[in-house]
Amino acid sequence: MISINIEKKLRAYSGQQWLKVNREFATGSITKIYGPSGAGKTTFLKMIAGLIQPEKGIIKLDDLTWLDTSSNISLSPQKRMTGFVFQNYALFPNMTVRQHLEYATNDTRWINRLLTVGKLETLSTHKPDHLSGGQQQRLAILRALAIKPKLLLMDEPFSALDPKMKTALIAELKLLFTEFKLTVLIVSHNPMELEGLCDGEMEIDTEG
Amino acid sequence: MPLVLPPSVLGFYLLLAFSPQHGVGKWLHDVFDIQFVFSFPGLVLASVIYSLPFMIGPVKSALQQLPPSLAQASYTLGKTERQTFMRVLLPNIKPSLFTAIVLTFAHTLGEFGVVLMIGGNIPNVTRVASIAVYDSVENMDYGTANAYSLILFCITFVMVMGVFIFNKAHAKSPLE
Repeated sequence: MISINIEKKLRAYSGQQWLKVNREFATGSITKIYGPSGAGKTTFLKMIAGLIQPEKGIIKLDDLTWLDTSSNISLSPQKRMTGFVFQNYALFPNMTVRQHLEYATNDTRWINRLLTVGKLETLSTHKPDHLSGGQQQRLAILRALAIKPKLLLMDEPFSALDPKMKTALIAELKLLFTEFKLTVLIVSHNPMELEGLCDGEMEIDTEG
Repeated sequence: MPLVLPPSVLGFYLLLAFSPQHGVGKWLHDVFDIQFVFSFPGLVLASVIYSLPFMIGPVKSALQQLPPSLAQASYTLGKTERQTFMRVLLPNIKPSLFTAIVLTFAHTLGEFGVVLMIGGNIPNVTRVASIAVYDSVENMDYGTANAYSLILFCITFVMVMGVFIFNKAHAKSPLE
């Protein structure tokens, strides 16, 4: 289980706003996160991953404290090892599809399986520049899964996929999530997009 | 400071700093038996001090233009800052890095003030091409000056063309 109780000051056009989240997510749960633009959905995911520091709060994964501002505990992103799918994919332009996965893991069998899941086997020697938007998005998901994280954070992960590919990939990912008892938080703007995948949802909104 | 100081001023201060009579220069001489003044290693060191800032600026700017999410993605994969720098950031500024290295080298090749101050003009030791040109003109030996100048011109031209061709090959069309 991951328990989160954090507060973060956000700068907005209308002035300062507070992003406050107090929530627990059961191990193996898949939760959709939604909310208006600028509400702090991406910031929320980045705080969990350790890429952004909240003003105060606590984040715990099972018995391990990732963050406790009152005790000055804050594990680095490297120690938290959350799988993170960035909204802009954040693929490495210098690496091929296979090299992306090899950068994350040495497990060749796992790499081959991920390539099959993402239907990227035939493109394994291609660099991101030579992939379509949907292929890049799939690679970003596979790279996040390559480290076999306990917690997977996905920021708009299916926005560039065509409906057929999206359905197929979601079905494959659901099997992987179940197999590895992954806790998954998915940010999405499209309410229909994650139907059948998520077992819970959470709205994020700021307080003025 | 090396970016804005006149080369002769920088060379003068380096000459004082590395003088075996006092300070750092004396310590280097007494402890390690190293003398930078009027020696080729000293000339190289002074050139590095003078030229490095010309390289650091473009490289730093190229690094700042990379999306922060590249490094962040690497960190979430468990990679250290050093691994991220070597495997992700540095390879993705290759064209800028190459340009900075070549142009800084070409710039250093023609350096005069710093080199003359710290190295002097000792034949077969610290006399570099740019000083040799000056020396030849001083001695009214225009033929030798012309030969040196032509060699420097050709080397610099090839370097600049190389950078131009390399950058053109790596540049993306705005329509891509």
